[in-house]
Amino acid sequence: MSDNELIWRVAGGSGDGIDSTSQNFAKALMRSGLDVFTHRHYPSRIRGGHTYVEIRAAGHNVQSRGDGYNFLLALGDSFARNPQEDAYYGNEELKPLAENLDELREGGVIVYDSGLIDEEDAASLDLEARAEENDWHVYPMDLRSLAREHGREVMRNTAGVGVTAALLGMDLSHIEDLMEDAMPEKILEPNLEILHEAHEIVTEEFEFTHDLRIPEGEHDEEQALLSGSNAITFGSIDSGCRFIAGYPMTPWTSVFTLMSQHLPEIGGISEQVEDEIAAAALAVGASHAGVKAMSGSSGGGFALMSEPLGLAEMTETPVVLLESMRAGPSTGMPTKPEQADLEFTLYTSQGDSQRVVFAPGTVEEAYDQTRMAFYIAYEYQIPAIIIYDQKLSGENTNVPVSFFDREPEPTLGSTLTEAELEEAVHDASGKFHRFQHETENGVSPRSLPGQKGGRYLATGNEHTPEGHICEDPDNRVTQMDRRLQKLEEIRRELDEEHESQQTYFGEEDATYGIITWGSSQGVVEEAVERLNEQGHSVKGVGVSDMMPFPEQEMTEFLESVDEAMVVEMNVSAQFRGLIQKELGRYGEKLTSLLKYNGNPFEPAEIVEGYELNIEGSDTEPTAQMRLEPAAGD
Amino acid sequence: MSAFNAIGEERDIDRNEFTPGLEPQPTWCPGCGDFGVLKALKQALPEIGKTPDEVLTCTGIGCSGKLNSYLETYGFHTIHGRSLPVARAAKLANDGLTVIAAGGDGDGYGIGGNHFMHTARENHDITYIVFNNEVFGLTKGQTSPTSPRGHKSKTTPHGNAKSPIRPLSLALTSGATYIARTAAVNPNQAKEIIKEAIEHDGFAHIDFLTQCPTWNKDARQYVPYVDVQESDDYDFDIHNRQEAQEMMFETENALHEGTVLTGRYFVDERPSYQQEKKELGEMPTEPLAERYFDDDYEWERSYDLLERHK
Repeated sequence: MSDNELIWRVAGGSGDGIDSTSQNFAKALMRSGLDVFTHRHYPSRIRGGHTYVEIRAAGHNVQSRGDGYNFLLALGDSFARNPQEDAYYGNEELKPLAENLDELREGGVIVYDSGLIDEEDAASLDLEARAEENDWHVYPMDLRSLAREHGREVMRNTAGVGVTAALLGMDLSHIEDLMEDAMPEKILEPNLEILHEAHEIVTEEFEFTHDLRIPEGEHDEEQALLSGSNAITFGSIDSGCRFIAGYPMTPWTSVFTLMSQHLPEIGGISEQVEDEIAAAALAVGASHAGVKAMSGSSGGGFALMSEPLGLAEMTETPVVLLESMRAGPSTGMPTKPEQADLEFTLYTSQGDSQRVVFAPGTVEEAYDQTRMAFYIAYEYQIPAIIIYDQKLSGENTNVPVSFFDREPEPTLGSTLTEAELEEAVHDASGKFHRFQHETENGVSPRSLPGQKGGRYLATGNEHTPEGHICEDPDNRVTQMDRRLQKLEEIRRELDEEHESQQTYFGEEDATYGIITWGSSQGVVEEAVERLNEQGHSVKGVGVSDMMPFPEQEMTEFLESVDEAMVVEMNVSAQFRGLIQKELGRYGEKLTSLLKYNGNPFEPAEIVEGYELNIEGSDTEPTAQMRLEPAAGD
Repeated sequence: MSAFNAIGEERDIDRNEFTPGLEPQPTWCPGCGDFGVLKALKQALPEIGKTPDEVLTCTGIGCSGKLNSYLETYGFHTIHGRSLPVARAAKLANDGLTVIAAGGDGDGYGIGGNHFMHTARENHDITYIVFNNEVFGLTKGQTSPTSPRGHKSKTTPHGNAKSPIRPLSLALTSGATYIARTAAVNPNQAKEIIKEAIEHDGFAHIDFLTQCPTWNKDARQYVPYVDVQESDDYDFDIHNRQEAQEMMFETENALHEGTVLTGRYFVDERPSYQQEKKELGEMPTEPLAERYFDDDYEWERSYDLLERHK
């Protein structure tokens, strides 16, 4: 836990403008020189329901949401439908205050909108007693009236930001700049008035009892605030992807929306279609005709893509798909993160079908691995999948602008030009040998419809070199082996020609390892850092290559430690299972720390899991986690 | 300079170019109506100046799905029911291509029914030929979406309780802009209809009656057929939605009463999806696939899109 960090939580109902307010506030913090990391919690509904955004800001690198938080701005839910206390879902109006108190740290600050949250209702929460017990500092203020006085009620967000800035001793200039950039003049003026007045009232009239102040920091270079969804979008654009097809589904929708906004501006095509079967089939069709294409969905929608995925594999049509996981099974918890679609993504679709699957752990990795996915897909003519979740998708963090200063890579990979086709092998009727038996690395270059001399048949049936349907055993074995060879070649290329996509951290010679994959990487990295500071000999790895599996790297890592704990957001220990399947051993070394309650891990929870594990304690973890000991323990 | 020089190529075309030199032995039974579609396509394509390399034929699964094994064009034999989403994306990616989708009645009106409805609604500039034999042929004669009420098969031993799909009416309601029915027993009409359908700017749907002599009717049961344009018994305006609708209804009923009505049923001039999308600035005016071969093209970079994130 850092001494000097702000974790600001703004809570209200969906539709209260929590998202845009927090986005701007996070940017203001970033511009003031701080590193920021946001976390979003929201329900699956349009209006109302308890939602919050957390912004963690500190002078040093922040890699996760952190533990708990220390500043609450409870706006109250202006769309609350059940103001009665005995309602099934509880008193919604009060929720932004009531629901958040458990995670507020000692010494924390509470600001609530007394215009919406009745002070008597607040009293019913035992607020006074709890505040005293936990050294909380409570500042009720009628934000609603202030907003109404100068503008409209919805502007109480701005009042809340003004109060926050005043209580933290924060300069308003970055906030003003951002408001000027984002707001049309008509609403800018009242908003600025509200901001200033709120700031003034607090500064002049409030007696500060809290110690928390804005941390200090400085960046060496200009930063941009981005989410994993932004990074995947940018990675796709820089790969020359100009076609996306999809169907809305949370949380995949965020990339689909971003691509749909950018593509028309840069001469691309976005297609919202009737279902996910069509979406994936469109991406296959567009790629077949010579455009770099992608599609994607979340669990349930991705299930519908199984068959087009197999078609892409069998016809060796390059395509990139996204699997933006959410808590399942079935409809599950649509807006909550979970990492429980790993096995499904690795193995869905009939037969011995093959695909590449990467699980980026950070915003930067999301960009890099999206580019790698496009490169591999088009070079090796194989579907490549990026598997991620609502956590990576929705978390915003600052990245140096220079990170994106790179050359685009719009190549179609193993695709021939008409001139090259003239030299290629054809059968007697002029059909091009698209699926040759003899290749160097399993890849047989393709032609595109409309090219002279490239005619062939693509089919989901087993086929001859020119594409004719064929059930001859020799041809079958040759074609299967050639397609399977590609995955081995991809593993070889990833090992030998590229920087590893796995991220290692902690003390190199440690004998205890913490392994995680995908979006849980940042939080594990922070936990390992903390354990090292406390003198524990621990190291960690965030794995991204799900398929082809990084056998060599994982063997080395596991050989170097006596025990390891695999941290993942699911209940069936899917990644631990994958390690054991791929490596065929290490069952006795691997413990699992699992969480599946809809909330991502916090660093302290991983520290606790580690402590319980090395103590060999039977004590249940305090958080809703499950510790599953290694085989034989 | 184009990277796709087969597109729009002007040259003499030999009819035989559409027949594979090493023709695989068709898997179709003797007397199958599918031969009629193949023959009509082989005749129609050269007559409207198309060469094999500029045509992409996307098929579904079933006997009809084998069409592009025997028709010498670029081919994509997709999966059951999914020929339309693959076909329409290929057309969006490179709208110089002539794209023909084809499949059976189970493929198009059953498992792929949703795609049929939406492709018609969106009015993609492609041609869709449905081989309608009123039965699932390849899987040995089960009742299909176009099988009549009472149809007995191994999956409906007591007879089919369902009324058949109305393919023409469904296409009209969904938004198709060229709708016709022809039959394998009527090759000249079939060829002409295919030519019109391909040249039509928008979604052209052909319900093609293809007898299945093994599991259903043989060719004789589709004779005599009546061309509604040529018969004096029928008079309606194919540009009039209401009149077309009535004629379709009558045609669909008549088939199950033993009268085979065929011809053009509806033609509408509303702009194709590609035209609409270009108009809105949602699609580039030049074929997108060409860009990947343009060495001078300056590809946009995310680095230049960062302003709103700073």
